[in-house]
Amino acid sequence: MSDVRVAGTGLTAFGNAPERTGRDLFAEASIAAFEDSGVPREDVDAVFYGNFMGELAEHQGHQGPLMAEAAGVDAPATRYEAACASSGVAVRDAVVRIRSGAADVVLVGGVERMTNLGTAGATEALAIAADELWEVRAGMTFPGAYALMAQAYFTEYGGEHEDLAHIAVKNHENALPNDNAQYQNAIEVSDVLEAPQVSSPLGLYDSCPISDGAAAVVLTSAAYAEAHGLEAPVAITGSGQGGDRFALHDRDYLARSPAAREAGEEAYADAGVDAGDVDVAEVHDCFTIAEVLAIEALGLEPVGKGITAARDGRTTAEGETPINLSGGLKAKGHPVGATGASQIAEITTLLAGTHPNSESVDDATIGVTHNAGGTVASAVVHVLEVVA
Amino acid sequence: MSENTVRDAGFDDWLDAVEEGQAYYLECPNDHGSLPPRRVCPDCGSTDLEEVPLPESGEIETFTVTYVPTPAFEDDAPYATAIANFGPVRITGQVIGVDVDAVESGLEIELEVTVSETTDERVLGFSPV
Repeated sequence: MSDVRVAGTGLTAFGNAPERTGRDLFAEASIAAFEDSGVPREDVDAVFYGNFMGELAEHQGHQGPLMAEAAGVDAPATRYEAACASSGVAVRDAVVRIRSGAADVVLVGGVERMTNLGTAGATEALAIAADELWEVRAGMTFPGAYALMAQAYFTEYGGEHEDLAHIAVKNHENALPNDNAQYQNAIEVSDVLEAPQVSSPLGLYDSCPISDGAAAVVLTSAAYAEAHGLEAPVAITGSGQGGDRFALHDRDYLARSPAAREAGEEAYADAGVDAGDVDVAEVHDCFTIAEVLAIEALGLEPVGKGITAARDGRTTAEGETPINLSGGLKAKGHPVGATGASQIAEITTLLAGTHPNSESVDDATIGVTHNAGGTVASAVVHVLEVVA
Repeated sequence: MSENTVRDAGFDDWLDAVEEGQAYYLECPNDHGSLPPRRVCPDCGSTDLEEVPLPESGEIETFTVTYVPTPAFEDDAPYATAIANFGPVRITGQVIGVDVDAVESGLEIELEVTVSETTDERVLGFSPV
């Protein structure tokens, strides 16, 4: 099977830019990705684009062709929506399309414009990724859903808020040299513990921010990369997707993410690697507890043990398997439709040695991305490897 | 709810049943429980679903107190949301009739339809037994 090469990546700064339109954000990210790749726009066979709340934030549906136009690409374009995993599933389908031989070059990415909605509006918009009848009408918010999982985790496996606080501290630390990150400030455990409560036990510093931003990636077949002499040393060698019951209360587990485990196992098998081979990962830490559930689902920590991974240094920049060297959703920001593609960009540059935190993983050859939708009713995992 | 509001068939009927003390869940021939509106058992695909009386009380498995609500619950915050286990099904609801600080896992509750202070819309409540 042909490798799918990451020929170029582009990110906007993630953060607070309420006045910037989605099309402007995607144009900036795609320009950067094309410049990085050296691939001419006319070679693009398809655009796969992720976005979640465009109807609410910009009164704009049918964003696929809009964003192809913004990127200066004349190719069929499709929007993918899987809540916060929107551009993760877009990447997965781009990989499948290229592997099938139906495309040689795909522009894949995503955008979210959120801060123009304000905190209450964005909270309401995010909530529609949950079950409207059975969850949202009972007052469940997204932080609330993850708080239910955190409390369930504490009851089942132990752990406390202070353990989670170390995850936030670690991810803020990782974001310090990342100029695209929304937060470039160090925090302490006490800051997390003393922050205002959002949904107990989770407080403001357990939560990712509301963000605007875009990500774009140019993917090509290995044959195209070689024929055109591209410098594209990193390949996507594994892809997996998992699903779970929609409402949290209908799941077999309240403190595990089976969809992510399924996606991870599929992606590992696809790449012919296992969890022990993973050198570095970007996981979906929309809330501190989400990072715990993610690393356990990916087999990077045993179930019930991931809660102490940051506190004990196993997942810090100096640890055995650094997690979220970009700062993660927590500190880098989480423009939801852009997140999955941005994780591909971060791992690619980390493995290629061009990321500000690459020195933490200078011998790394295998990286993983984990992108979750809703309360992990959707999960997408990719394995990236240095192949050239 | 105004007379012009369109009902959500299945769900609003279920809230009516809770108000009448006739709460039910759906059961397929393989004893899988689920909640309406639904035509197919999500566990086995059976389309033969029957309404069966829900156990009168459930037990809180996990909970949270929400301080930053959506606009639909602005005047209700802080409020406690919980997932309660009724045996055949779990249900998400708002814990009422008790101080939010007194909510804990293991608390025995029963269903009660309450009303959002913000919107006057019906909300599924859990009230301690």
